[in-house]
Amino acid sequence: MAEHTKRIPVQHIVGFVLSITLTLLAVWAALGSNLSTTWIIVSIMVLAVIQAGIQLFMFMHMTESESRNGHVPWNMMFHGFVLAAIVVAGSLFTMSFGHDHNGGEHNQQEQQEQHQQHSGH
Amino acid sequence: MSSHELKSGPLEYRTEQGQMNILGFWIFLGAEIVLFSTLFATYAVLFGRTADAPLPGELFEPGTVLIMTFLLLTSSFTCGISIHEMRRGSVKGLTTWLIITLLLGLGFLGFEIYEFIHYEHEGATLQSSAFWSSFFVLAGTHGLHVTLGIGWAILLLLQLAKRGLTPVTSRKVFIISLYWHFLDVVWIFIFTSVYLIGMVV
Repeated sequence: MAEHTKRIPVQHIVGFVLSITLTLLAVWAALGSNLSTTWIIVSIMVLAVIQAGIQLFMFMHMTESESRNGHVPWNMMFHGFVLAAIVVAGSLFTMSFGHDHNGGEHNQQEQQEQHQQHSGH
Repeated sequence: MSSHELKSGPLEYRTEQGQMNILGFWIFLGAEIVLFSTLFATYAVLFGRTADAPLPGELFEPGTVLIMTFLLLTSSFTCGISIHEMRRGSVKGLTTWLIITLLLGLGFLGFEIYEFIHYEHEGATLQSSAFWSSFFVLAGTHGLHVTLGIGWAILLLLQLAKRGLTPVTSRKVFIISLYWHFLDVVWIFIFTSVYLIGMVV
């Protein structure tokens, strides 16, 4: 039972310090830096992904040998993350670029004008 | 229960039942990622559709959100320590750190409830616009998960007090630790893509 006799859980402390640092860095990038909005969004999302990785690998025992690695379904977690990325990015892409609101309204106006012209003749 | 029990390694992995339950829980977490992704997608698509309700940038406060983030990050850390104590065979260490984890979780919930009430006073409710609906559903689902986790952990603490550390109780505690760390992973993304981006854009 007492195989883990280490008194100090070094990995957890390192993970904790890293996650606090990354959070503060993200807050600074968002509210304190002079980056453009696009670069703020890109950089804080990258920081979030790194921090999620720290949680998974340093806190959730994903790499420990005791679980013989076969018992953490890497493929399942990877599958989940890929699906999540597709759902979020795909929805955003479809709803932002799938069709053009202004173009549509413009066409409708044109059609109405044409219609009026026709009826005028 | 499997007939063969391992003699070494962490208690929770020694029976085949324990190994399979932990594997199953990882698969559940994979599905949870997809569940939250649909809520994130809804939020991202409805971003800016605030109608006459206040804009997110007007209501989000860096101070409150940062306190909530630190509470949850620290609770994830103390939850890791409680598993560390469990592996050292210390029921007392395990319960102490688990209770600290729960108190931090309760603190987080308290701030979230305060925040939601504050938003409601400012005119942003579930019904006020598409944006705020998606916000409350996303943050609320996470808050519901935290609430369930706290209830679950209290029941486990009762079992630990009654039965002590066995392959069964240690497996249950290990699984709830995975759940708790996962809540932190989801919160990191809510903190970044909802609060930080909401304050910047």
